[in-house]
This record gives sequence, C-alpha cells and structure tokens, in this order.
Amino acid sequence: MATETARTEVPPDVTEHLTTDDRTGLLRAMLMMRGIEERAMTLYRQGKVPGSFYDGFGQEAVSAGATWAMAAEDRLCILHRDLAAHIIRGVEPWRIFAQYMGRADGITRGRDGNVHFGDRTKGCVGMVSMLPDMMLIATGMAMAFKLRGEARCAITWFGDGSTSRGDFHEAMNWAGVQKLPVIFILENNQYAYSTPLDQQFAVNPIERAAAYGFPGVSADGNDPEAMFEVVRAARERAIAGEGPTLVEAVTMRMHGHAAHDDMKYVPTAQVEEWRAKDPIDRQVRRLEALGVDTQAVRDGVKTEIEEAVERALQSPQPDPETVLDGLFADEPSLLEDGNAPWSGFRS
Amino acid sequence: MPTMTYLQAISDAMREEMRADERVFLMGEDIGTFGGAFKVTDGFIDEFGPKRVMDTPLAESAIIGCAIGASVEGLRPIAEMQFSDFVSCGFDQLVNVAGKTYYRMGLSVNITVRLPSGGGFSGGPYHSQNPEAWFMHAPGLKIVAPSTAEDAKGLLISAVRDPNPVLFMEHKHLYRRVKGDVPAGSYETPFTARIAREGTDLTVIAYGAMVHTALEATADLDGSVEVLDLRSLVPLDEEAILKSVRKTSKVVIIDEANQMCAAGAQVAAIIAERAFEDLDGPVVRVATPDVPIPFSPTLEQSVLPQVDDVREACRELLEY
Repeated sequence: MATETARTEVPPDVTEHLTTDDRTGLLRAMLMMRGIEERAMTLYRQGKVPGSFYDGFGQEAVSAGATWAMAAEDRLCILHRDLAAHIIRGVEPWRIFAQYMGRADGITRGRDGNVHFGDRTKGCVGMVSMLPDMMLIATGMAMAFKLRGEARCAITWFGDGSTSRGDFHEAMNWAGVQKLPVIFILENNQYAYSTPLDQQFAVNPIERAAAYGFPGVSADGNDPEAMFEVVRAARERAIAGEGPTLVEAVTMRMHGHAAHDDMKYVPTAQVEEWRAKDPIDRQVRRLEALGVDTQAVRDGVKTEIEEAVERALQSPQPDPETVLDGLFADEPSLLEDGNAPWSGFRS
Repeated sequence: MPTMTYLQAISDAMREEMRADERVFLMGEDIGTFGGAFKVTDGFIDEFGPKRVMDTPLAESAIIGCAIGASVEGLRPIAEMQFSDFVSCGFDQLVNVAGKTYYRMGLSVNITVRLPSGGGFSGGPYHSQNPEAWFMHAPGLKIVAPSTAEDAKGLLISAVRDPNPVLFMEHKHLYRRVKGDVPAGSYETPFTARIAREGTDLTVIAYGAMVHTALEATADLDGSVEVLDLRSLVPLDEEAILKSVRKTSKVVIIDEANQMCAAGAQVAAIIAERAFEDLDGPVVRVATPDVPIPFSPTLEQSVLPQVDDVREACRELLEY
C-alpha cells in the first residue's frame, strides 16, 4: 500500500489504462534492456562482441512504453537505442546476445551486428544506419494497411539528428497527405553523436508536425507510462483513420554514441540532472508504492540474462561457406505478428 | 498474336498483373489522371481507381521507401521513376534498404521499379542517363533491360512476381520506335540472355536500345555476326556469354551507358577471365565516353554509340 509519504514521491499516475501487471511488465522490459546491454558491454570489453557497441542506457522508457501500446498485428521499425521493443515483441534474450556476438543464432545470422536487427516473425524491421530511412518503410507499411482497409498501425523511432535529413520530410509529408496510420517517435536524446540540438535545428521539430497537417505531442521520454499513454492515444487516432502523430520522446543519451565515445562534449551537470530522472528508478518507486516486490523482478531478470549469455556463447560462429547464401529470396518471406502483452488487448 | 509497341507491351504487362492479382498496384509521379509522362499508364486510373494507381508527391526516396514498406506487408508495388535519372534521389532506399533487407533479416522485398532510361532525343544531362551500372554494383538488386516488345511484357511480369527488388530499365527511345508480336495473356520471360541473331564469326553483346543498333550495324557485314541480347544484367547470363564467345572467338561489347565500369566492362572481365584461350582478337568495347549526355543533337550523337561506330568496330575486328 502506498503511504502518505510515498505518494508524494510517486509520480502522478499518467494513465488509467494500465494494470499493475502492465506496470510490472514495463519495469521488467526496461530492466531486461538495461541488463542485457550492461552484460553485452562486458562481453564487448572481453573481445567477444566484435565491431562496436551501442546502448540505450537511460532511454529504456521510450521503446518500452511505446511498444506496450502496440497490437500483435502492428508493425515496428526499431532504432538502435530501443532494445525493449524487441524484448516486448518476444525476441529471446539469448538470440540478442548471439546477435551482438555475430553468431549463427543471432537474428541476422552474423550478417549484421549490434542492434541492427529486426525479427520478421515478430513484426519487426531492424534499423538501417542511414537515418531515418525507416520512417519511409513504416509509412509504406501504413499505406498497405490503408489500401487493404485494415485497422492496424505502424510505428518507427528516429533521433533528433534524423530530422535534418530529407527522408524525414518525405515521410512526414506523404503520411500527412494520405492520412496514414503511422506513429513517428522522435527520440530526442539531446545529442546526435556529438552534435547538440541547437546546432541541429532552428525550430523544435515537434512544431513542424503542424506544417504536415497532423499533431505533434511531446512526452516525458523517461517515463514508460507517459510514453505508453501518448502512443496509445496516437494508435487510437491512427486506427480511426485520423492519420499520423509525431511524438517527441524527451530523454537523454546517458552514455556515449558508442562504446568508444567518452562523451567529453557533454557537461557533467547535464548528465547528473538526467540521472535523477532515471526511468527505471522512477518505475521502481511507482511499483513499490503499489506494493510490488520489484527485487523479485530484478532477480528474475538477472537469472534469465545469465542463462541467455551461457546459451549464446554455445552458438556457433556462422559458416563462411554460407556467406553468399540468402542474397535473393526464392519465395516471399514476409512479416508476421509479434507479442502484444498489454492487458487492453485481452479484454 | 497482337502487334504492340514496346510501350504498349509494358502497359499490357501491368494491366494483366493488376487484373490477376489485387496485391499489384502502381506508384509514381503524374501516373494517375495524367497517365504518366510517357502515357504508359494512360487509362489505368479509370480501370483500377486512384488507390491502385497512386499519384505521389515529387519524392523519389518516398516512392521507393514506401514501396518497400508496402511490399514487406505482402503487396507487390510497381514504382515508376518519371525518368531513370531521378532514381539518384531514391538511391539510398534501393541500395541500403531494398538490396540488403533479405540478406540481413530474411525479409523479402518484392518491388519493381520502372526506370525510363536512355538517350537519343535531346533529353540533355538529366533525362538521358543509363544508370543501371550504379545498381549492378549494389548487391541484392536484380536488373533487367528488354529490347523487344515481347520481352518488355514478359520481363515485367516476371519482375512483378519475383520476390526480390527488380529494376526494370525501359528504354525511352524504344517506346514507340519498336513494334512486335506480343503473346496475349500472361507469360514470364526468364532473366537470361537471348540470341537476337545467330552467327559464327563474331559476337556483338548488347542490351536495350543497343541491340537494335547492333542488328542494324551488322546486317550487311561481310561475315556472320551473332547478336546476344543480355536482357538481364543481374543476374548476368555468364554461360550464354561464354558459349557465344567460344563459338565465334571475337567479341564487340556495346554500352549506351558511360563506359567506366559499365555493364559491358563486367562482360569484358568475364570473357578475359574465363574465355581468354578462346579469343582470336582483342575484346572491343563501344560505349559512351565519360561525359554527361549533351543536349545538342550533334553533340549527343557524337557520344552515343551510333550504327556506323558499331559497324566500323565489327569490320575491324572481323579483319583482325
């Protein structure tokens, strides 16, 4: 039970659409994301993860909250700091570790690295480094839904830097012209690699949504429930045929762009300010006020991660004999539905 | 068998596929009410409606990117670039998304991109290009380039049904200039080469409009000249190339495209690597020099391979 004192520390409930199980599920997805990425960073330092390593420390709420609002038949084009989206859709953690290590059982079978993956059997398309190419892919998916008269929606994430490139404009414009069921999540984490916002744009891109004929909404990107609520409403709007929504998830990239980046260009005070808004700490406080045993959730996640690492380490390296395989498809191989754990889809 | 122009055959292929398969739809600039810059989709909006004959904003990256998104959801878009030159604005979506998605994630991208290409009518530097080699260098994209009306229809139907991204190079100068018998109904043409004329003394290898240049240039030569129409650039029919070269031992390769790293350069490399011992003379290339395609008719004709250029190259090689 929440005490009087605790209630003042707990952030106000932002949504009436979440059960305690939903809220715990959001915490679990964020803990899983952070735990997997921390463990993978260790594997990287041990030389077991080739290439570089990118994480979304501090941004876990953005993908967790948004994905929680998506239905099984919806489609996701996911960015590299959004691991919780893959986890919620049902990608098994051991395959994520195998992916990082370039093993045969990774989602891309060693063809691509890092978080550059999407499990087509879960309705997910992995990121392309030319940001934000995936905005157009999501827009095209939404176009297919509209053409077939289906009540489904597509969602994609991209960063503040992406708003400078032409595909941002082309996707926003086309989605606005056709009133497509697509949700654009602008993950504003204050820096595009080392470039701060004031060198990226003269006008906050959320204000540009109006110019394309649809709403732009800013949300607390460090609160999974705030993200859920904004995206849930955007999805309702999309399904109703009212068109796209641009959601700005205001957050902070707490680590460097990648493992090599010491982030010297970020003032310490800014990092400390955001550390106090850590999304996992906030969700833990919220759940403890509701009487949930969050330590048990942590323990479960930790055990699962250790088992996943062990299993992934057993996965073979991909066979060089197969390197030319799979360039062209013999048969269509399309997207399938993923997990949609939100209680609202079960009632 | 009905006689059709090359352009009519392209329209016919799309009409057949759209009637038979509701997953097939068209996207492009000015293709609906206007019927397309070259009228390839004239009347389509009346038969199929604006949902399946979609006029898009002027945004090539969006046309290709949205086609990819619709295709991974099970549709079969045919996207038109108004001129193949404009595909440069959609280059990234083709090269980095369409070409790599199946290899990376096992997700097939069933899109066809129609690229009205080629010069010969004072289109100037931005309406005359042959950009196929840009994409031959990008793994994961198939590229076909018909020279006849019959192949235009069959290759386009094959492209639409292929679960991979296919670039369909349709030569603008052939649209109304080339006519031929085209089978009624639906048929697929394989992505392989075709012998346009049999011969024994020399092989001319070409594709698209240059097949006609080759046929005309070698019709009256003192020697039996084989003309091999590649039809498909990716996959490239290496066996057909080698078989013909081994038979004739002499080869002239024509590209309307700029010569540097053109399709013909790859053909020459294959012959050098795998048929060197069979050759009785140097591999000869006739191609457009590496300049933008100029506007003035006299300048344009001076760079694009002409019938006389090909005839002279063949005559010299026959005498070698």
